[in-house]
Amino acid sequence: MLKFIFRRLVLEALPTLLVLVTVTFFLIRLAPGGPFSTEAAMPPEVMAAVAAKYRLDQPVWQQYLGYLADLARGDFGPSFKYKDFTVNDLVWAAAPASFRLGLFAFVIAVIVGVAAGVTAALRQNTWIDYSVMGVAMIGVVLPNFVLAPALALVFAIWLKWLPAGGWEGGKLMYVVLPVAVLCQHYISVIARITRGSMIEVLGSPYIRTARAKGLPTGYILRRHALKPALLPVISYLGPAFVGIITGSVVVESFFGIPGIGQLFVNGALNRDYPMVLGLTILIGALTIFFNAVVDILYGVIDPRIRL
Amino acid sequence: MNTPTTAARLMRPLPPLPGLDEALAQSIQGRSLWADARRRFLKNRAALASLVILGLIVLLCAFAALPSPHAFDDPDFENMHIAPELATAHWFGTDSLGRDLYVRTLLGGRISLMVGALGALVAVLIGTLYGATAGFLGGKTDSVMMRFLEILASFPVMFLVILLMTFFGRELWLIFLAIGAVSWLDMARIVRGQTLSLKRKEFVEAARVCGVSRWGIITRHIVPNVLGIVAVYATLLVPSMILFESFLSYLGLGVQEPMTSWGALLEQGAKAIEAAPWELAFPAGFLVTTLFCFNFIGDGLRDALDPKER
Amino acid sequence: MRMPQRLALITAAVACLPGVFAAEVPPGTQLHPVQEIVRGNGTEPATLDPNKAEGRPESSLALEMFEGLVSPDINGNVVPGVAEKWESLEGGRAWRFTLRSNARWSDGSPVTAHDFEYAFKRMVDPKTASQYAWYLGKASNVKNGTAIVEGKVPPSELGVKALDDRHLLITLEQPVAYLVATLAHGSLMPVPRKVIEKYGDRWTEPGKMVSNGAYKLAERVVNERIVMVRNPMYWNNAKTVIDKVTFLPIVNQSAEYQRYRANGLDMTADGGVPPEQLKQIRREIPSELVTWPQLGTYFYAFNFRKKPFDDVRVRKALSLALQREVIAEKLVGTGETPAYSLTPPNAAGYVPVVHEWQRWTQAQRENEARRLLAEAGFTKTRPLRFELLYNTNENHKKIALAAAWMWRRIGPVEVVLVNQEWKSFLDSRARGEFEVCRYSWVADYNEPSTMLDLFHSKHGSNDSKYNNPRYDAIMEQAKVTSDANDRARLYQDAERILAQDFPLANVYHYSVRRLIKPWVKGYGRDPEGRILTRDLYILAH
Repeated sequence: MLKFIFRRLVLEALPTLLVLVTVTFFLIRLAPGGPFSTEAAMPPEVMAAVAAKYRLDQPVWQQYLGYLADLARGDFGPSFKYKDFTVNDLVWAAAPASFRLGLFAFVIAVIVGVAAGVTAALRQNTWIDYSVMGVAMIGVVLPNFVLAPALALVFAIWLKWLPAGGWEGGKLMYVVLPVAVLCQHYISVIARITRGSMIEVLGSPYIRTARAKGLPTGYILRRHALKPALLPVISYLGPAFVGIITGSVVVESFFGIPGIGQLFVNGALNRDYPMVLGLTILIGALTIFFNAVVDILYGVIDPRIRL
Repeated sequence: MNTPTTAARLMRPLPPLPGLDEALAQSIQGRSLWADARRRFLKNRAALASLVILGLIVLLCAFAALPSPHAFDDPDFENMHIAPELATAHWFGTDSLGRDLYVRTLLGGRISLMVGALGALVAVLIGTLYGATAGFLGGKTDSVMMRFLEILASFPVMFLVILLMTFFGRELWLIFLAIGAVSWLDMARIVRGQTLSLKRKEFVEAARVCGVSRWGIITRHIVPNVLGIVAVYATLLVPSMILFESFLSYLGLGVQEPMTSWGALLEQGAKAIEAAPWELAFPAGFLVTTLFCFNFIGDGLRDALDPKER
Repeated sequence: MRMPQRLALITAAVACLPGVFAAEVPPGTQLHPVQEIVRGNGTEPATLDPNKAEGRPESSLALEMFEGLVSPDINGNVVPGVAEKWESLEGGRAWRFTLRSNARWSDGSPVTAHDFEYAFKRMVDPKTASQYAWYLGKASNVKNGTAIVEGKVPPSELGVKALDDRHLLITLEQPVAYLVATLAHGSLMPVPRKVIEKYGDRWTEPGKMVSNGAYKLAERVVNERIVMVRNPMYWNNAKTVIDKVTFLPIVNQSAEYQRYRANGLDMTADGGVPPEQLKQIRREIPSELVTWPQLGTYFYAFNFRKKPFDDVRVRKALSLALQREVIAEKLVGTGETPAYSLTPPNAAGYVPVVHEWQRWTQAQRENEARRLLAEAGFTKTRPLRFELLYNTNENHKKIALAAAWMWRRIGPVEVVLVNQEWKSFLDSRARGEFEVCRYSWVADYNEPSTMLDLFHSKHGSNDSKYNNPRYDAIMEQAKVTSDANDRARLYQDAERILAQDFPLANVYHYSVRRLIKPWVKGYGRDPEGRILTRDLYILAH
């Protein structure tokens, strides 16, 4: 087990990350428009001073080596856009909001998604199946950017139950609407996967045996069916967890949440090279880490899989 | 004692378990895979109804704009943001420039369906070939190819798309390509998994013994055998392609005005959600219905063909 | 070039006009017990360091926390700030500012002329990398300002000198009559040298930042909010009513609007009126939509390097075809006015010109446009086909669509719309990769030169590469003309040249437009769109 973890996290993850950094580093410099291009053009001398300050006057390979050296010390560099901060400052400040939001959404998505999937599987091809899956599917048929203003309109403006946006350090009132919007998509995917694999498991011989023995449905579900049916769900959870934490771009910008998603979009739009690089590395590392966690979990749940 | 004991639970009669009964029924009768699948699919009422509705929507998008007296791109400054009405033949109302939403919704549908279908096609083609190759060749090649996939997967998609779109301008077919090019990763993983299990099957061994080339085995034996699951995922890819296009529209990277798509219309409509609800309601109605249909069809296909998820 | 007469030390002490300054609460007003306000700021500022301000989001915050030599009153007039009076010396070639004795930093230390000298030199120093580094040299004509930016002269040579703690001498390259107007700019704030030298780039953090304006920084969460509280050390603190102001950097206008509706916001950012919701706003909260004319112009520029836009007939035809009234009043419809000249009619020291074609009816203009197009050789088989470049934005899209339609009406014109996100757009424009392109130009100070200089052949943002020596000469002449009437005439001449050569098709003059809750009072009609919290108060509600 330890050997496996070592292999996954050190021998495989590090080269992957290095490739990711390299590709991003050079690719972002190809994007049209520089970080310091502005509407009122700056005099060339000021541009030169700016370039010197951010090492942009060096040859690209030298910038690259310099970046790697900083990176090795855990320094993501200064933000090109937000001049009062370094990328480290900004990411550390933004991470808690995204994490809190993502965690809430993730937990709700798993609970509701699995419950809906199991219910639908047990009543396959009945109106219960259709309506449960229909409701769960809202998340994959309605874009976030429609859901967010619609919910804000109903609950904040018409009913006045909840605020229309803001974060206030993540007070519960402010979390409800963003979480509702964010978890929709994941609920539907999880419900879908659960339903599919549950149907498969229910059709397998050992469940039929259990039913032939006259065991009650609830008991069969809990003792025999749930665990194997959840395996595919778990393999989805790794990437989903990262996605839900880092990918809430629309939700964060609509509800004004100071999180990673907003930083990333602004970084890309402003050509804030260090910001985009830093977040790419962070997201990449998280993805790799959680995929490894999923593999380990897999082994714990299903002893047949040898790591 | 209100909580039922295990014994009490054991005494309860069996509730109906349709999925189980069906599975039991199927294992008794022996039929060909496809006939079986067709039967199962036709039994799925949601999937069947979806197929009919989807057909109707496609027909509407293709032909129903003809009777309207309005062009899709003519502004009308006297009729901006008017609600649906029969007198002016603005059956779905107008947008903030006074353009007719009926015509635009149907036009948007054409673009969205095309983006969805072509994007899915690109993703399926790349994904199937990539996955089949990696799975079949195995060993070092496989692990290199999979590592490459992992790198691509950890690359922020949005940034990649912005980059692609800003590089290559904003041609419509490039949007298909861009969307397809970033969406084949899951497809490749699924196909690889299938291939790995197919590889050890006797008929592949037989082909190998007969001296069929590796490429030949991949294209002649592996790919046809994973087509079932590919078809299922293609159906499920179409709606996610359409949604992805709408996300691009939200970022302002979608189709170029005055052309439009459901995503672009939705992005407009979401802004006018209170002032002109019809601007959101009609395109959203079409989009949601279409995506529901695709999803139900996809689920129906999967239930019918291969209930495995991995 | 006519040199202005050298007058020996004319002392022209400026009379302090009774401009409204700080909150003027009419007697009998019922104030709300809690004087706190939440405002939109449009976007997250790039920095809170005033010398490094990049545009509106930064400079509007700088003006809240800092006070320059001069300051805008509620209607945008320049009134004394830290300087209580000033006089011009040597015929306007040098200016001496006398600072008020009671000006204090938020840490209690006095604001001195040395602070200004430090700030101004810091701003022009290329090492500071300020985006407005050019401003003191180009707009204010401060001695050596441009040479320092170009790296030819060290920053210490800037024509700004503290004579003692209370007197600042600004020396100019040449007399500039409107110098004082240029000094109200948000980037020209004094900064606390000791604090900056102690903390470096981090001096703008809450707890470290020291400022001299009506408010001081209390809290900052990037992409969420910036909170400022009353600065008790501010010399005019007694006149400040609002105790706490929160700025929200909400980019998404619909989101800002919904939060405004849900009472999460008392005032949206400048421009914070979502065009898609306008009809509803007019129906339900018409009194909360507050607009007035702004010093800025929206126009389309033609690229002289791309055929056929080197042909004045094509440019003129396209300009004539635009139905400006329709765009300004119907399409945008938040107080914008149709534009026939680049300089907005309300610019100080400008007397509007009326061009001949401006008096024609739209039908006449379109007929002329048709004639010009035909004359330039465009027919059904050989249509005028071009791309219209604009940056991704609701309003720009609408106007581009309308313009394309209006151009189609005058004959064989095919317009392809191209929208790009902001940075790509700037890149395309700067590299001249466009045919017709959206532009907007907003005044940095209230004087026609801030607008008209754009089409000087040497101007860094003149991306259409319009080059007319006569125009350049007029603009250079205007700069050294001290008589206001003479200057106004020169600006008129400049506008007439633009209306002959048509390097641009003016569309409309901007308006300041915000949604403001009825209980917020105290603002005036500043043509530069500033609303300073220190002037505001909240009614009981």
